[in-house]
Amino acid sequence: MTVALTRRPVLRLIPRPLLFGGILIGLSLVLAVFPAVFAPYDPIAFDYNALLAPPSRAHLMGTDNFGRDVLSRVIHAFTIDMQIAFFGTVFPFVIGTLVGALVGYAGGTADAVFGRVVDAVITFPFLVLVIAIVSVLGPGLVNMYIALGVVGWVFYARIIASEIKIQKRLDYADAGRAMGYTPMRIIFRHLLPNAITPGIVYLMTDMALAILLGSSLGYLGLGAQPPTAEWGVQIAEGKNFMSTAWWISVFPGIAIVLTGLGFSLIGDGMAELLRTRK
Amino acid sequence: MTPALEVSHLTTQFTSGSGKVTAVDDVSFAVMPGQVLGLVGESGSGKSVTLRSLLRLLPRTAQIEGRVIWQGQDLIGMSEKQLRSVRGGDISMIFQEPMTALNPVLPVWLQIDENLRTHTSLSASERVARARELMDLVGISDAPRRLLQYPHQFSGGMRQRVMIAIALASNPKLLLADEPTTALDVTIQDQILKLILSLRDKLAMSVVLVTHDLGVVATTCDHMAVMYAGRIVETGAVSSVFAQPSHAYTRGLLGSVPRAGTQRSQLLSIEGTPPSLSAIPKGCSFHPRCEFATDICRRSTPAMLPQSATHAAACFHSDRVIAAGSPVGAQ
Repeated sequence: MTVALTRRPVLRLIPRPLLFGGILIGLSLVLAVFPAVFAPYDPIAFDYNALLAPPSRAHLMGTDNFGRDVLSRVIHAFTIDMQIAFFGTVFPFVIGTLVGALVGYAGGTADAVFGRVVDAVITFPFLVLVIAIVSVLGPGLVNMYIALGVVGWVFYARIIASEIKIQKRLDYADAGRAMGYTPMRIIFRHLLPNAITPGIVYLMTDMALAILLGSSLGYLGLGAQPPTAEWGVQIAEGKNFMSTAWWISVFPGIAIVLTGLGFSLIGDGMAELLRTRK
Repeated sequence: MTPALEVSHLTTQFTSGSGKVTAVDDVSFAVMPGQVLGLVGESGSGKSVTLRSLLRLLPRTAQIEGRVIWQGQDLIGMSEKQLRSVRGGDISMIFQEPMTALNPVLPVWLQIDENLRTHTSLSASERVARARELMDLVGISDAPRRLLQYPHQFSGGMRQRVMIAIALASNPKLLLADEPTTALDVTIQDQILKLILSLRDKLAMSVVLVTHDLGVVATTCDHMAVMYAGRIVETGAVSSVFAQPSHAYTRGLLGSVPRAGTQRSQLLSIEGTPPSLSAIPKGCSFHPRCEFATDICRRSTPAMLPQSATHAAACFHSDRVIAAGSPVGAQ
């Protein structure tokens, strides 16, 4: 029996969503790292002999109004959009985790003040707040990351703080204090590793949101700047040709849907994995 | 002989929404070097809070007053930083739930290593050797392999052994044990208690053992202090208290323990429940449940009166309680 148990195929233990999400994001990462290997053309090279060409053998996803190959642009955009998924979430994640851990452990006044800050931030619609900050700082990816960091940490901090508040009441936290460990050591060595999993699950979902947001800002001209290949930028460029050359906007849109779906599935799958483990 | 730990007039209050609640009320006791002191009482009698007050391991709403003298220093007046070097260094603590008192995400060796790093100046290789030695000491075989495992790979009894190994890492002189065997089944309980006793002998530590189990007190403790509603009502050598309980509550407790090997007799029970800490009766707090109670018990609080050199009780009617006899007879 024990042999049968240990030999159970690993694949069957992985929740389905995690598996499919992992495949989607795995493929996205490959494209993001080696776009030139897969892209048939230069993504920003004009070809005046093939303006607005519909999908064909030569151009699988057609060309845009400058004759640029849509497939190549979609593939090259993986690099930038995966970067957005990473940099758009890593700063909120790190800042939010630090703040949440400290505030959750300290409790009392710090926690009350933090609660009001959270309320103040979530009163504004997320997108509106980010757009406001980017408008002030100026368009571009770096400013977009700054805006996401300023706003997004709140959500992580709230998750981590509530988890830390549960963990700090458990016996092992008391045991740490009884052993004479410093509060910092108890928070970061003992409590945080036990509290961080919901934060990581949210991180996955948030990556999907970051890609959507990056594309939205690209579309509005506040994110990645043309002629950079980025899905939101591409959709914006194609919007004037929607009725005549749908392929310019639709294929980047599909890419957004698939990567967003991938991250969401990973988040769901991880949540499921953690639920069954508990 | 000077006591290793001397607690005098320890009072712990919690501020809650409706005012102050006194969980530990003017508690005094002393622990001699190498002695095992049992703190006994029902749930909510303040025994665990007393133990935690010694190291100030309480939520911030707690106010602790009185003196806890450890090696000439008052732990209550000490700075947090000084106190941290005492916690886990000279004085260690083990907890009731070995299932939750270990960090689930760190392997056992890291948790032992952490205490060694905090409280000793051993090198990395010395710490590894010490960790193995500690595992041997607490009776966990196959130390090199077991050290790499996580708490969930240990059974309840084994986890309590690991907890003890961590607590002993820096050679403490006093071990505070908060119901260390309550969550374990009886055979394991016995092993753990024997382990604590043998370690007491080997390492010449003192032990303060909090328990509600008089059987545990009888087999492991030298001295005992019985707590009720935040106060110590009777204290003395275990043999003396068992042979001649001088407080009605102690007598009731002893009568409520079933004993094998004697003639079958009806178990005594103490009527009613312990008072809520926010509504402790005036006078002797035990009087509403006491069969010996008279008017004076309702009016004033009895003081601790010595029964013999090592035995004292806070009861107006010690004479009548003694005359009623011990429900467990002479030990």
